[in-house]
Amino acid sequence: MYDVIIIGAGVSGAAIARELSRYELNICVLERDEDVCCGTSKANSGIVHAGYDAASGTLMASLNVRGNELMEQLAQDLDFPFRRTGSLVICRSPEDMPRLEELKARGIRNGVKDLSILNRKELTEMEPNISDDAVAALYAPSAGIVCPFGLNIALAENAAANGVEFCFDTEVTGITRADGGWLVVSKQGNFRTKIVVNAAGVYADRFHNMVSKNKIHITPRKGEYCLLDRSAGAHVRHTIFTLPGKLGKGILVTPTIHGNLLIGPTASDIGDREGTDTTCAGMEQIMKNANLNVKNIPMNKVITSFAGLRAHEDGHEFIIGEPEDAKGFIDCAGIESPGLTACPAIGEMAAGIICGRLHPAQKTDFIAERKGFLNPQTLTSEERNRLIRRYPAYGNIICRCEMISEGEIIDAIRRSPGARSLDGVKRRVRAGMGRCQSGFCMPGVMKILSRELGIPRTEITKSGGNSRIISGLNKETGYPAGGDRP
Amino acid sequence: MNIYDIVIIGGGPAGLAAAASAKDHGADSILILERDRELGGILNQCIHNGFGLHTFKEELTGPEYAARYINLIKERKIPYMLNTMVIDVSDPCRDDPDSSHCDASDGIRVSPVRKITAINRTDGLFEIGAKAVILAMGCRERPRGALNIPGYRPAGIFSAGTAQRLVNLEGYLPGREAVILGSGDIGLIMARRLTLEGAKVKAVVEIMPYSGGLKRNIVQCLDDYGIPLKLNHTVIDIRGKERVEGVTVARVDEHRKPIPGTEEYYSCDTLLLSVGLIPENELTEKLGIRLNPATHGPFVNESLETDSPGVFACGNVLHVHDLVDYVSEEASVAGKCAADYIRRIGPLSDGNDPCISVRFSDGIRYTVPSVIHPARTDETLTLRFRVDRVFRNCRIALYSGEERIFQKKRLVMSPGEMEEIRISKQKLMQCSGHEALTLKIEHI
Repeated sequence: MYDVIIIGAGVSGAAIARELSRYELNICVLERDEDVCCGTSKANSGIVHAGYDAASGTLMASLNVRGNELMEQLAQDLDFPFRRTGSLVICRSPEDMPRLEELKARGIRNGVKDLSILNRKELTEMEPNISDDAVAALYAPSAGIVCPFGLNIALAENAAANGVEFCFDTEVTGITRADGGWLVVSKQGNFRTKIVVNAAGVYADRFHNMVSKNKIHITPRKGEYCLLDRSAGAHVRHTIFTLPGKLGKGILVTPTIHGNLLIGPTASDIGDREGTDTTCAGMEQIMKNANLNVKNIPMNKVITSFAGLRAHEDGHEFIIGEPEDAKGFIDCAGIESPGLTACPAIGEMAAGIICGRLHPAQKTDFIAERKGFLNPQTLTSEERNRLIRRYPAYGNIICRCEMISEGEIIDAIRRSPGARSLDGVKRRVRAGMGRCQSGFCMPGVMKILSRELGIPRTEITKSGGNSRIISGLNKETGYPAGGDRP
Repeated sequence: MNIYDIVIIGGGPAGLAAAASAKDHGADSILILERDRELGGILNQCIHNGFGLHTFKEELTGPEYAARYINLIKERKIPYMLNTMVIDVSDPCRDDPDSSHCDASDGIRVSPVRKITAINRTDGLFEIGAKAVILAMGCRERPRGALNIPGYRPAGIFSAGTAQRLVNLEGYLPGREAVILGSGDIGLIMARRLTLEGAKVKAVVEIMPYSGGLKRNIVQCLDDYGIPLKLNHTVIDIRGKERVEGVTVARVDEHRKPIPGTEEYYSCDTLLLSVGLIPENELTEKLGIRLNPATHGPFVNESLETDSPGVFACGNVLHVHDLVDYVSEEASVAGKCAADYIRRIGPLSDGNDPCISVRFSDGIRYTVPSVIHPARTDETLTLRFRVDRVFRNCRIALYSGEERIFQKKRLVMSPGEMEEIRISKQKLMQCSGHEALTLKIEHI
């Protein structure tokens, strides 16, 4: 019998797990995919929003501002990449100035600090590549950029270090009441627990509706992005937003924490909760809109495109708490933007509710800090040489685009929870994230995964499940010997 | 810090030929830095034959061709380091113009010593000084992301070269049923290779109206195996969330836009991409060397010297070649010129050599070299270029002012095959008075 079962190892689930791991509780995170950070958490803008967007008085607004405040200390404690770079909301026509002012006023109501409106001159000094149409901008110095994978993985690792169990490849298929608690059913077996936390992203309505009569409804809202090479990363220095419209914050242009340039997202409501395919229309929209606020974007430097799904709840609000008719079932639903920013605050809030039910004792041996992946490029030559003498694998460069060594890849795999696939390695230490998109390093990373995990290379996947990279040995076609090919 | 006269970055076909040639032309202190576990570069995974017809007058496989040059290196006892990645190159002259390395006030030219930072398992991070540098880093394949093909991002999408490595060096079959996008040479070669390993290649799809590969590869790798080449087609969707399940192919119009109603679905578990090669010039850019947007390689002069004196480039890092024979030939020139450069250090005798730039007319994408000092050329200069579309029954002509100083008839020229002309030094010396040479394609 667990005290708490958390469904979903995305950034919300991991943040709640980490927060609860401060207490004497028996906690297990059930994740459908093979790793943490496999859904909405892995495909978003990586922005730590200031907090002026959400309507005042909403959970979205308060948790955004609180999450933004907490992020800095969390990034220090858990050693993941985060930087306050500031954001600019661009106003391109004098008639829209009242809307910009309104945004500023809302930000102040929401508790966002240091907001100011910049005129064109101030703006172009800060961002020389800003569009010629820009007349003014709302500047929020507290906004920042974070590595979404780094944040999610750091939370999960720290939770695991504090005793939280993670079960991957475990898809929950049912939840029923049992003995004053819950029975959580999966194909991999059943779990008994006192409390269930529903942090299932675009599937959160499905689990909520299994236990409550007050139905909720989540629409997957697709956002497509283009990622540009690092040689284009300095094109802008702040996150550049357009004045918000109906479907969200529009197409943004931002440097990423790793120095790439990111453009997106589009916003289109779809039916398929797995519909993370990119589309012609989406790519065209990005190309068309990117240049509205920023000029001369070198679109020939696109190295990849991707799509993520926002878990948009009909009321456009975070749903965090117990449904009236399902005590002990804690929703964490409708977590769309600014969910990444808010996750530390979501963790706090959900943990607070659970502690109110279970009254657990605080751990005396809670480990508050976690050491991030060692990036040798941040070391001095002397330090790096000492490292290589001790661990020669750090001298063996595997990913030539991002200059990632074998040592870093081994580190990614040996963590708990560690990387078990090419994408798992990529999200942790960036091997394969660069301009050749793993063309050169894929065979090398496969070899290291195979050696470290003790499985044949034919079993190595891109991202778990049936995503095997190779189909077999040469001449092993799977067709009957001597028979005709279909 | 050890200082070498010539450091060669890359131990593939270009680096090897450059090293041997530099040695043969009098350079003594040479070092080759190679990131892979053996010399030979991409040739090691090119186990098909057809290499060396020009150089050796025989048909060799890639590893055999590489072995010939590796032997030259070993016979000449040229040192090399394997598993060694160059991570930075810096030019003290550029970073600090007052640096004493560059003092030429008394007419004595002192070669700036470039600082090369490299890393490997045994030596860690270390620095090497180089009086001359030969860039021979080769190229990489364009990835899927650069094409913006919509769809999912499942396993089973490989660049053709990655698939070639898996099959030929690692012994693994990437998939059982494949569609190949792009008809570059590696894609064509892999169509045959996968077929021989038992996989079914359903089609090679090319967006352009002509193939990007050599004619002989279309015949020997597709026609001989009944693999259809679909020109004016492209992949417009990739299906399969975990592993590729199929791709949708459509015909394109003259603007390369898919034509609705022409979609065809191919079920397959693998999509290979052979959609172009990009010279790997990240290190070149660190030296502040100007790159040619048409080639993605540096601009060079007749000596294959970049705009940073003493830094030479050859092979696929300079511009993408079709045949390794031409890489070797070009790299030999770079090696010789680097050796000359090292020897020439001393009184500035040639600082005022006349310099002619090479211009070109519509239909030509670029030329290598782009500027020529006639006085410094060999007895003959090879001018290499590519056309941007198919030309039939035409003439390549080189003009100095109004005067046609060279012409050559060609029945067919296509973007997939590099062209070259050879001009004598004597002719070039005669036209030094004019500012520019102009290369033209004329219909006859």
